[in-house]
Amino acid sequence: MNIASFAPLAVVLPILGAALTFLLVRQSRAQRTVSIAVLSLTLLLECWLLASVWGGGTSAVNIGGWLPPWGIVMVVDQFSSLMLVVSSSVSLAVLIYATGQGMADGDQDAPVSIFHPTYLILVAGVSNAFLSGDLFNLYVGFEILLTASYVLMTLGGTGPRIRAGVTYVVVSVVSSVLFLIAIAMVYGATGTINMADLALKLAELDPGTRNLLHVMLLVAFGIKAAVFPLSFWLPDSYPTAPAPVTAVFAGLLTKVGVYAMVRTETLLFPGDTFNTPLMVAALLTMVVGILGALAQSDIKRLLSFTLVSHIGYMVFGLAMSSVAGLGAAVFYVAHHITIQTSLFLVTGLIERRGGSSSMDRVAGLAKLSPLLAVLFFVPGMNLAGIPPFSGFLGKLGLLQAGVQLGTPLAYALVIGGVLTSLLTLLAIARVWNRAFWRKPEDAEHPDPVLLADRADSARGVRAGKSNVTLLPRTMVGSTLGLVIFGVALTVFAGPLFRVADRSAVEMLDRTPYIQAVLGEDVPVPVLSQPGPGPAGDQPAGGQERR
Amino acid sequence: MSVNLTLLTVMGALYACGIYLILERSLTRVLLGLMLLANATNLLILATGGYAGLAPLYNKDTAPGEYNDPLPQALILTSIVISFAVTAFMLGIIYRTWVLARQDEIQDDAEDRRVAKTPSFDAEDDSVIPVETSEFPLTMLGTDGEGISDSQDGASGASGATVKVGDRKLEADETASEEQPGSLNVTPPPSQEGGGR
Repeated sequence: MNIASFAPLAVVLPILGAALTFLLVRQSRAQRTVSIAVLSLTLLLECWLLASVWGGGTSAVNIGGWLPPWGIVMVVDQFSSLMLVVSSSVSLAVLIYATGQGMADGDQDAPVSIFHPTYLILVAGVSNAFLSGDLFNLYVGFEILLTASYVLMTLGGTGPRIRAGVTYVVVSVVSSVLFLIAIAMVYGATGTINMADLALKLAELDPGTRNLLHVMLLVAFGIKAAVFPLSFWLPDSYPTAPAPVTAVFAGLLTKVGVYAMVRTETLLFPGDTFNTPLMVAALLTMVVGILGALAQSDIKRLLSFTLVSHIGYMVFGLAMSSVAGLGAAVFYVAHHITIQTSLFLVTGLIERRGGSSSMDRVAGLAKLSPLLAVLFFVPGMNLAGIPPFSGFLGKLGLLQAGVQLGTPLAYALVIGGVLTSLLTLLAIARVWNRAFWRKPEDAEHPDPVLLADRADSARGVRAGKSNVTLLPRTMVGSTLGLVIFGVALTVFAGPLFRVADRSAVEMLDRTPYIQAVLGEDVPVPVLSQPGPGPAGDQPAGGQERR
Repeated sequence: MSVNLTLLTVMGALYACGIYLILERSLTRVLLGLMLLANATNLLILATGGYAGLAPLYNKDTAPGEYNDPLPQALILTSIVISFAVTAFMLGIIYRTWVLARQDEIQDDAEDRRVAKTPSFDAEDDSVIPVETSEFPLTMLGTDGEGISDSQDGASGASGATVKVGDRKLEADETASEEQPGSLNVTPPPSQEGGGR
């Protein structure tokens, strides 16, 4: 039985769930139950997919029975299934957090009832992008998740969110148009958009054309992944959204861009044509991003800048195109999705407990809520790369791979990586010192809720509603769950690193992917000679060029 | 592969106008620009499908090479639907901007401006001695429980803050070096809790 036959369910289940929750707009309890149940079911399915490809092997399914170069293909391999499991776990935690927030505030109004269907569609889009085996389906996956993210970004339609939403929507649409232009050019040049088929046919193209297509795709994905010169939009738009929305965006959306870049580099355009520019971009992303973080006084904005900065590590690992580098990058993506999301969730809690996410206003939280301090401290140190956490292990893997490569540029990146890690620690320590350790009286503009009596500080007053629970158990519980998941990534780093390395071997080899899609008897050209690939006995091209 | 020159020219013109429009500050023009870009891309995809006049439908007498390629048209349909959804959403945003701010313009990020205006001098990180915020003030240095005195308190020091140590005053910067285990200046702390706080 082909395991990949069940892969489309990872997309279909959330969409069906979205339809169902849309019908239940008036019953918020049923809506919550349905969306959590659907997402848990999807997560179970994806865990099963991951377990079945854990030891190796790639499988593909042809949707609707159309044969590969023509029809839509979904491919399950170690990288995609690992991404699916991590992203679904994170989305489930965020969903529970969001329902907790909704319940605590007693929100029954329209914008929040639209949250559940939109959120499930976002998850479907992310799954579709991870599973997609052809470029246009990847584009559709991107569009599904982007359209859902537009709605989530502007949830409630307040002034700042609309302002941020405009930036976000325009930049995303422009990047999608670039991606679509790239697809049209790829189709014009090769007559196919199936990625496995492209892997064979792009090698036959003239180098000039191939470089043009390569740059187009990298720029389109670079905007989505927020790689340095194209990252300007992210810190502007993410911080204004509601806390759970920012958390899920920070965890997933940029990583889908990174995933697409990995596929482009390893499957479509192997060889090292663009490794040097990618390495320079990675270095600039790391350093410029973290310097931006140091200038911020709002915790959400600070975290958005660290998010940009740490994308640089993944691009670094990708640009080395060695098994060690790519394996470490895969591990780093899994680590960063979890950690960055949990930090944003904790910031949401800080905002609830301390009344603000601005470091000028929040203070003394370590005494008011020690649990919150622990919840911030663990992922914070993890992000900065303090041993023994997974952030340290991922960075160590990247640095080792950089030293192995041994070029001057790789050494520059190793130094930049260490520097970025130190500056991340500085940024996190600033948040820690100001929000958790100093006394509320010493803050520039302390929030009244911090100065309130300890007796009645567990409940506070928020915008017209009296007696709001400041730290609802569901929200703290889901954040705690995600933090523990992050620690589990550290504990099980051994097996995780092994599966990441195996997936890197398979991706750099390309043969398993191409043969899983196009059939066992397709000869795959050896990588070191990117000359004309053999025409072979593969199925005739999707389209005769005229 | 031959391309229809008219369509190609139209596509170029649409791209040029679209890029010009999205650089405007008015939201409605940005939206028009995005629509033009999307339509120009649709024409580009159409151009990859080959020239006009090929058979669109199946006929058993037609040779396989004589059929039109259906895939670009399927791609265009999908992208039209997507750009339709995005356009509708953008219109919603524009209307909302109008309701909220009574203007059809892209607005500046206030926090961005604020951070840009922040001086590089940060009182907490860069001043000579930070205001003591810990739970354990340095009162162990003083014998009379007065502990740290800031310059604002009247007892003026050269660099702003002095610490009274026994019977002499130390510059605040130097107190750290005095806090050695063997230092003569360290005397048992006063019995009352805390400093002058």
